[in-house]
Amino acid sequence: MRVLVDLNRCQSYGQCVFAAPEVFWFRGAESLEYDHVPDAESDRATERAARACPVQAITLGPAVEAIVGEAG
Amino acid sequence: MTSTHPHPAATAYGRLLDHSNRHNPYPHFAELAKEPVHQLDEHNWLVTRHADITALLRDPRLSAQNPAPTDPDAPLGSDGKPFRGPLLMLDPPHHDTLRQRTMDQFVPRILGMRPRIEAMVADLLDRHVGTGSGEIDVVAALAYPLPVGVICALLGVPPEEEPVFHSFAGRLTRALDPVETLTEQEITQLAVTQRDWRAYLMPMIEQRRAQPGTDLISGLLTKGDPATRMNTVELAVTLGLLLIAGHETTVNLVANGTLALLRNPDVLDRLRADPDLAAAVVEEVLRYDPPVQMNGRHTTADIVVAGQVVPAGDHVQLLLAAGNRDPRRFAHPDRFWPERPGNAHLAFGGGVHYCLGAALARMEGQAALTAIASRLSNPRLVVDPPPYRPNMLLRGPEEVRVGYDAVTT
Amino acid sequence: MTPGRIVVVGASLAGLRSAESLRANGFTGELVIIGDERHEPYDRPPLSKAVLSGRVGSDRLLLPRTGELNARWLLGARATGLDVSTREVRLADGRVVGFDGLLVATGARARPWPDAGEAALRGVHLLRTRDDADRLRGDLVQEPRRVLVIGGGFTGSEVASSCHDLGLSVTVTQRGSAPMATALGGVVAAAIGVRQQACGIDLRARTTVTALNGDAEGRLTRARLSDGDVLDVDVAIVATGSVPNTEWLADSGLAADGGGVDCDSACRALDVTGAVVAGVYVAGDVARWRHPHFDAEPQSFEHWSNAVDQAELAAHNLIHEATDVRHNTALPAFWSDQFGMNIKSVGLPQVADQVVLTQGSFARGPFVAVYGRDGITVGAVAVNSPRVMDGYTALVAERAPFPPAINATDSPASVAVLDAGFARTTPHRAPLTLAADGGRS
Repeated sequence: MRVLVDLNRCQSYGQCVFAAPEVFWFRGAESLEYDHVPDAESDRATERAARACPVQAITLGPAVEAIVGEAG
Repeated sequence: MTSTHPHPAATAYGRLLDHSNRHNPYPHFAELAKEPVHQLDEHNWLVTRHADITALLRDPRLSAQNPAPTDPDAPLGSDGKPFRGPLLMLDPPHHDTLRQRTMDQFVPRILGMRPRIEAMVADLLDRHVGTGSGEIDVVAALAYPLPVGVICALLGVPPEEEPVFHSFAGRLTRALDPVETLTEQEITQLAVTQRDWRAYLMPMIEQRRAQPGTDLISGLLTKGDPATRMNTVELAVTLGLLLIAGHETTVNLVANGTLALLRNPDVLDRLRADPDLAAAVVEEVLRYDPPVQMNGRHTTADIVVAGQVVPAGDHVQLLLAAGNRDPRRFAHPDRFWPERPGNAHLAFGGGVHYCLGAALARMEGQAALTAIASRLSNPRLVVDPPPYRPNMLLRGPEEVRVGYDAVTT
Repeated sequence: MTPGRIVVVGASLAGLRSAESLRANGFTGELVIIGDERHEPYDRPPLSKAVLSGRVGSDRLLLPRTGELNARWLLGARATGLDVSTREVRLADGRVVGFDGLLVATGARARPWPDAGEAALRGVHLLRTRDDADRLRGDLVQEPRRVLVIGGGFTGSEVASSCHDLGLSVTVTQRGSAPMATALGGVVAAAIGVRQQACGIDLRARTTVTALNGDAEGRLTRARLSDGDVLDVDVAIVATGSVPNTEWLADSGLAADGGGVDCDSACRALDVTGAVVAGVYVAGDVARWRHPHFDAEPQSFEHWSNAVDQAELAAHNLIHEATDVRHNTALPAFWSDQFGMNIKSVGLPQVADQVVLTQGSFARGPFVAVYGRDGITVGAVAVNSPRVMDGYTALVAERAPFPPAINATDSPASVAVLDAGFARTTPHRAPLTLAADGGRS
């Protein structure tokens, strides 16, 4: 799965951390960090986290193969 | 400006509060929500719409603290000032200190609770099976004992003490109601209960102080910065809050969820087929039929609400349940639809007072509703609508009797 | 518009979001996304924080795709030219891509160190991309004696914080009086600077780096500062701002220069006469526009949410340009996480002349400061107070009188209005004139 949090909208309620602590965590009192590409075994917890977000700041997308371009 | 006869909105509000409408207040919420703001009388206002309520919950000019001066005889808080009461009636900065301390101890203990809560739910249903009745009162058999069991587990209280906690929870809950709705006798009784609660906790607190364990009480007593450690009064009040705030609300969540599922059999079937739907179901119950229906604040400054100036010092009642059915925010608001996108409901409030126990309530609600869907075969409501408890703010049914063919294991 | 081909130049947040929004708005034609990095779109803000600190790998930042894009991706391909009349984008490898509609989202790059020889020293870094972050992280884990951060803006401050997380000794030099003073003003910036110093950061205000020296192997060893100090450093990060990627538009007729590409509040590209260029839209860090809420010069808003807002708006307007043109009215907002502080800003603090502390304390703990200009609230900055920001957003949106009355229990006992401390390069502008739609008397 892929995850994106709108950290502008986020108000650090921490409900995602409760739902999926292996994907979301706080650094300091109010700063949210997370894994944008959590492993499949976290899918259920990550979906619960997105549902629980009080400001609905979490966007989920399916796990898809990364596209890599020609030599950069 | 003085008003001698009630404002029209006051009449509509009166119908909302009328107990005979308790089983379905939503048409009355909808009636009030035709206008974004109502002035009930000189100093009292109602706010009905999602956007306005959301903004106000997150506005520092709305205070949750009693504006009256503190009782000079009140015990002192750990900040050296007279203690004003539990977290949800405190403003920053002391609120933030106490809340952070509580969260620091609460969060790590909640993170691992899910399997334990699921086991408690299974155990409560197993015990019910023993009665062999073919009918379950979800409130008495599951919704009431579950949150008490959970809080006792967090506090490290042995199971044999749970009935005592249960009894305190019921009696202390009145403390959450506005003081003007209580009779003289109820106020006296509440003070006695609060004294008894502290007396009951004191030996437990002293014992944990002497021999700290891994429980929440020990954590609050011994962990973190000693400079901001709670004193005994604050600890007793905070523990009381965790008990009562997490109690009736969770009871209502499970009971309201059961009602919604049994009245929407297609959703019940979907949940039975896919337990992963539980998270969405619980969020939708919280929107559709929230355990806490409204939330009061007072203004510390003149504030513009939907174009209307609400003066400083006035009381504002935020109708969370009305905002949750605001058609500007939610498509088909009267439809129970767990899969709805962007369900930013108001059930847990918002801003600095966002429900401390929201995560725990979610776990309890998810476990209980999943079990009801998966273990009761052919469930149906015996009485619909069920009888409701008198309380409006924390609204919920007294009992939810469900008939079934069998309980699967 | 009728299905044809829409080309999105830029494959970062704004590019991906606009592509998704084009599909969400019903575009069924051919979609081409061109990006100069070889990586597919990823989230940049964590690069200076969780990635540098080692908590998240740079390969774990990929952006979710919320719908079936059905796009042709040209990654590792740099656009070098635009011909609006023939409606073609030229690529560095010689390919030419025609379009019916164009979305310009080429973003910005880190401003390079001016001395090319010094910039080439091993140990001297820029930070903008995944590859930059990987290279820098590779040096930071070698336990350098000291890290020099050149520039105390948001990126520089976040890099310093990450180095501090790693237990490294850090010196930050900055031209201004305090970190992030350009965006936050001297008063608030000074309060944050004191907190950075309390974490052990060697913060050198009003100081520049005059030279970077290397050894015989071309490895950075020393930095000379304008205060006369010579520091032994193994790693230096040049964090002196950004340069919009507009060179490819030089002869296109679009109004593009070293400050961005001009567009209106509907994201429509403007030509050098200020006229709308049909079918060409701009979004993200590269876009320079005049925000309708503020009396300020056109500027680029290099904020994450501006990229999202503009991308969605540009996509909508590109599809519905004949029937439903929308304008961007969202207030600018951004955040930064550093040294245990979550900093959030709303509105446009830098147009302010005054600032007032409304909650908390500059000295310790959370605080909120409100910015005003000519008696009107124009912005707010909150440290570790994200759950009250909506209240301040409302004050900015309604152009509330400044200083606003808050009277929260954690408000200071008396209201002290201070000069906000923005260094003005130009004389103070004329008094703020209010648009008729939102004015208050």
